[in-house]
Amino acid sequence: MDNIITIDKYDFHDVALEYKEQGYDFLRCLTGMDWGEDGLGAVYHLENTLTQENVVLKTKTTELSDPILLSVCDIWKGAEFYEREIFDYFGIRFLGHPDMRRLFLREDWVGHPLRKDYDFSLNPLRMTNEVTADMTQNIEVLKDGSVIKKREVLFDEDEYVINIGPQHPATHGVLRFRVSLEGETIKKLDVHCGYIHRGIEKMCESLTYPQTLALSDRLDYLAAHHNRHALCMCIEKAMGIEVSERVQYIRTIMDELQRIDSHLLFYSCACMDLGALTAFFYGFRDREKILDIFEATTGGRLIQNYYTIGGLQADIAPDFVQKVKEFITYMRPTLKEYHDVFTGNVIMQGRTKGVGVLSKEDAVSFGATGGTGRASGWACDVRKRHPYAVYDIVQFDEILYTEGDCFSRYMVRMKEIEQSLNIIEQLIDNIPDGEIQVKMKPIIKVPEGSYYAAVEGSRGEFGVYLESRGDKFPYRLKFRSSGLPLVAAMDTLCRDAKIADLIAIGATVDYVVPDIDR
Amino acid sequence: MEIKNKEYLDDMVRQLNESGTKVFVGCLDEFINWGRGNSIWPLTFATSCCGIEYMAVGAARYDFARFGFEVTRASPRQADMIMVAGTITHKMAPVLRRLYDQMADPKYVIAVGGCAISGGPFKKSYHVVNGIDQILPVDVFIPGCPPRPEALLYGMMQLQKKVKVQKFFGDVNRKTDKEE
Repeated sequence: MDNIITIDKYDFHDVALEYKEQGYDFLRCLTGMDWGEDGLGAVYHLENTLTQENVVLKTKTTELSDPILLSVCDIWKGAEFYEREIFDYFGIRFLGHPDMRRLFLREDWVGHPLRKDYDFSLNPLRMTNEVTADMTQNIEVLKDGSVIKKREVLFDEDEYVINIGPQHPATHGVLRFRVSLEGETIKKLDVHCGYIHRGIEKMCESLTYPQTLALSDRLDYLAAHHNRHALCMCIEKAMGIEVSERVQYIRTIMDELQRIDSHLLFYSCACMDLGALTAFFYGFRDREKILDIFEATTGGRLIQNYYTIGGLQADIAPDFVQKVKEFITYMRPTLKEYHDVFTGNVIMQGRTKGVGVLSKEDAVSFGATGGTGRASGWACDVRKRHPYAVYDIVQFDEILYTEGDCFSRYMVRMKEIEQSLNIIEQLIDNIPDGEIQVKMKPIIKVPEGSYYAAVEGSRGEFGVYLESRGDKFPYRLKFRSSGLPLVAAMDTLCRDAKIADLIAIGATVDYVVPDIDR
Repeated sequence: MEIKNKEYLDDMVRQLNESGTKVFVGCLDEFINWGRGNSIWPLTFATSCCGIEYMAVGAARYDFARFGFEVTRASPRQADMIMVAGTITHKMAPVLRRLYDQMADPKYVIAVGGCAISGGPFKKSYHVVNGIDQILPVDVFIPGCPPRPEALLYGMMQLQKKVKVQKFFGDVNRKTDKEE
């Protein structure tokens, strides 16, 4: 159970700043909460990137009609999007936040859906086109203590603003950008999310724990195993269940296969976005081999529903070990072929080297984990920071680049495929015997408390924050999306880049939109 | 020249062929539908998981080019068919409707996966449309979560069958014309 430090809402900004100065420079997760009569609030998970120490802070307000908390987005840049999300879900306004708009839902949405007293009938399906405002609002405190809302301009009237998405092949799903241009140069980028916001977190509050597992696969479908692993780990941690060695080994192998699968798809799509259609077919050809292995064991290609609380759905297929070994021998020379086809290409190098640079400070401040963070030189791999499953006994390198540009983001992922192959190779022959499922009660109840567990997903840290009140339903289940910090960083990444570079940047940052919107 | 009945037509064709002019007679609708059915251009549209399977159908192993679907268009104005692959949310629904409205007739809709058919696993959510048939006319439903590539191909072939029995020049209009 996490040890949570409660801080008064008026002191929160100062305390947060102190923690930042002590080295807690990574805001892992920021969760909005509705504690019913105890008020509304937020839970902050911080990490010191040098010592890997964690601290959990909590602040709340008992004002329910117009709740206000202090913003920390001047301390951690990543907080900007998180706070907008909390405003959207709970209606908490953050003082000092420059852009207090909704993040996911329509501007004309009534109410705040994650509040416990939300009325579902308020929002029927609206078929009117949404009006995109060029204005935003923030709030300010006057000298006499009263709060006023102030309007602020996002895009000036004489700015040249173009709209990209939500239906655009290069945004990798239904993400929408509004880009202000000066000639070909991007001056400002405004991200609109929520076109695939499915309200999973709210739904989980009325599902039993085994039922919530089904939805986790569908968040980031290219990290289906990782997502489910995080949720299973969180519930297992809360209930004090130890899964067997065999399960840990199989989970680790499956996670790594999934990572290769995701990176192959990244390769295919990034190449296609940059104009190399042949590479798309290469990537998909080899991805099918992994899907075959998955299918033989789990029965699914994309959505596998394989991990359960305390174990696995089924034992591995009889030919699993042999198939995986064949795949490893096949994959290593194929990687070289990939580099021959695409990496050495002069157009590819010209379009990615030095383009879309993210500094290490920014990566940490935004919380941009995964390949994007590691390309900027931030050692952010959860497998190394907080080893889980059997990652503490395998040898592998954390791929780090320092340039932070598109090319290094691409190379990090390509080299991670090799590392994943290494990990699988070390484990595949030594899968120990044992139970594949711990015996569970028919109704799973998690003891009261707050728990956080994280895994390294395909594109960064994927965390699950669970608050339980001892019921068979979670009181609040928050998924720390690996993609949201990445799109939060898009504005910084794209400033002063060319409009054509937006495609290269978007492709190499490698976000998956349902994971952002949840 | 007015063609009175089938015997007259057959007689004319025989005479022409005997005199050395090579002709054959067929139904223009069938000919057009043969062409239309075998080159349906889909819109590249995907919102979530099913979209990845849709990409897999386009890639090497499953390869929908075998059935004439390979010309995926990024613009709805050039597309014949929209495959709604994935969940449609309240925010996306007007956008999807607009995309559909922008497509040129004749146009077709395939609903792929549980989410597009009924809301699927997200049916009870506050932000998910419970089935796209509420906002669009759907021609083919492909169930699954996500459907396998084989299922997608089967669904697309069902659409081809549907296209091939249509009357391109209209059947109903000509009849009403005579009566009134």
